[in-house]
Amino acid sequence: MTLSSPVFRAVATCVVPEASRLDAAQWDEMAATVARAIAARPRAMQRQLALFLILLEWFPLVRYGRRLSRLDPARRTKFLDRLQRSPLLLLRRGFWGVRTLVLMGYYGRPAAAAEIGYRADARGWEARR
Amino acid sequence: MSASRSYDIVIIGSGAGGGTVAQELAPLVRDGVRILVLEKGPRFADQEFTGRELEMADALYQDGGAFLTRDGTMTLAFASAYGGSTVVYTGTSLTAPLRVIRAWGVPGLEHADLTRRSAKYAEQNNVHALDDPLINDNNRLFVEGGRKAGYLVEQFPVNVQGCRGSSLCNLGCPNQAKQGTNRVQLPRAERAGVEVVTRAEVLRIEPDRTLTVRVSQKAAGTKGAPSEWAPGDYAVRARIVVAAAGAIGTSALLLRSPLPAPRSLGHGFTCHPALILVAEHPRPITNDVGHPKSYFVDHGASERFVLETCMYFPFVTAKSLTGFGATHSAIMHAFPRLQMILILACDHVASGNRIAVSRTGSPIVHYRFTPETIDGLVRGTRAAARIFFAAGARRVHAPADPPLLETADADRLEERVTARHFRPGMLAVSAAHLMGGCGMGRTAADSVTDAWGRVHGLPWLRVADASLFPDSLEINPYLTIMGLADRVAEGVRRDLAVVRD
Repeated sequence: MTLSSPVFRAVATCVVPEASRLDAAQWDEMAATVARAIAARPRAMQRQLALFLILLEWFPLVRYGRRLSRLDPARRTKFLDRLQRSPLLLLRRGFWGVRTLVLMGYYGRPAAAAEIGYRADARGWEARR
Repeated sequence: MSASRSYDIVIIGSGAGGGTVAQELAPLVRDGVRILVLEKGPRFADQEFTGRELEMADALYQDGGAFLTRDGTMTLAFASAYGGSTVVYTGTSLTAPLRVIRAWGVPGLEHADLTRRSAKYAEQNNVHALDDPLINDNNRLFVEGGRKAGYLVEQFPVNVQGCRGSSLCNLGCPNQAKQGTNRVQLPRAERAGVEVVTRAEVLRIEPDRTLTVRVSQKAAGTKGAPSEWAPGDYAVRARIVVAAAGAIGTSALLLRSPLPAPRSLGHGFTCHPALILVAEHPRPITNDVGHPKSYFVDHGASERFVLETCMYFPFVTAKSLTGFGATHSAIMHAFPRLQMILILACDHVASGNRIAVSRTGSPIVHYRFTPETIDGLVRGTRAAARIFFAAGARRVHAPADPPLLETADADRLEERVTARHFRPGMLAVSAAHLMGGCGMGRTAADSVTDAWGRVHGLPWLRVADASLFPDSLEINPYLTIMGLADRVAEGVRRDLAVVRD
């Protein structure tokens, strides 16, 4: 299971819809950020994440008869929303972790910061004059 | 072991506690006392503080600022650098409340003494209230909204000098305006002859006062200077050891050391769990320029929460919002119109909330939210929403279902914001005020150290950081840490005098 896998892309575009408009280079930048963050975590956590992504891909088969990456965006969103509200801490926490990685990959890019109008500058007030 | 070294005093950690002890003991160098500070993190050059979010978070914080608690429901932020977490705080400088120190009930620790010592560092670090022209809209709206909503809004004294208003305090000030120990106490100590070695992690302390120290190599392409010592393992002998590696670092170090430490070591961990709330105004406001944290509302005593102004960076903001998808994106795209408030819950010591170590000696933090802590977050969220609306926000993003509170919701916040929306694992709770683990008290039966930071049963070992707090402080802790560290330094001086006599 890699960050270029259909399931990660499916979750990422659901969490941040604008991610579907990223070109290949931008997507690579996002994936590289996420990969670095994962690599810095303990092995056990990396394994848990890989396993959770597999579960994410196959869980919807039970309810919708399709894997997550094959679901239409509305059903995908509904499924992920159920996960984040799950009574099981394990599922809520797993989704929270994947969601955090996606947001780090997307909003950690300087281009995304500029796109949302974030303008912090080391020169502070002087940069606004 | 590649080398053995010997010192009279070894201080572990260089943050608010370690940096203070180093400065206070530095005059002893003139008398031939050899003092060493061992800091796990690197020493950064001024130009390395770029303000870029992920780059600086990776460089400065343990686990990029997202050290996870054991059950994965909260992240803890603490720095690893020359100057410790004083490099990444906002410099908000409050002295310990009388009611808290009284409630701690530590024999020999008087509020007046702590206040006097904290005041010394407030002066040393140029603590003052920012002038009005330097206050941005994000802070101004908090004042206006807070007062309209009936709250007592107070201004934070901050320890800056020449603040240009980059708003990047939590990523390390790019203008070196913040007066942390990296700018004030450590340079003074070094000038007086104290040796500071960075990238030096203390793995354990032996009962014969030998420290096993591992000095790391600077990895290619990373920030920070190489260590002052050659990479490798060292045996460092000390007559007196001062552990000031932070609540987690000190507790974990003592736990993995073969020492006869008191049973409560690691227990009593508190951290002011915090939530970031945002609200959208109809027009752009100045938020990502100016000092981010200038005002607060303290309801710690009555409702177990404190509200503080804040302004975070794109990724931290994104992860702090509830939910995902189009609604989440819309709020992110409103960034220039966002007002932010940080809600801190005043948690208290609870059974099971503690610091432990894994089989390999890595720290593990066990933390469960008590109903009282959740209640503090819920009440704080409602109060923040009241302030946002009173300040003119048109909608507030909060843990609720759906997560957008419109102006029509302002009158029914009790109904819209309830504890069921604050289930762990559903929202991004983080904490940066890490306290406890080596609590002060009377004897080894009820605490780890005495009121002067001396570990019960180990007179040569002292603790000088927030791990000393026997319970939550309910305010930003660094001045209290410095006040306690000042007492530790005084105790060390006394010990040395006795040895000499």
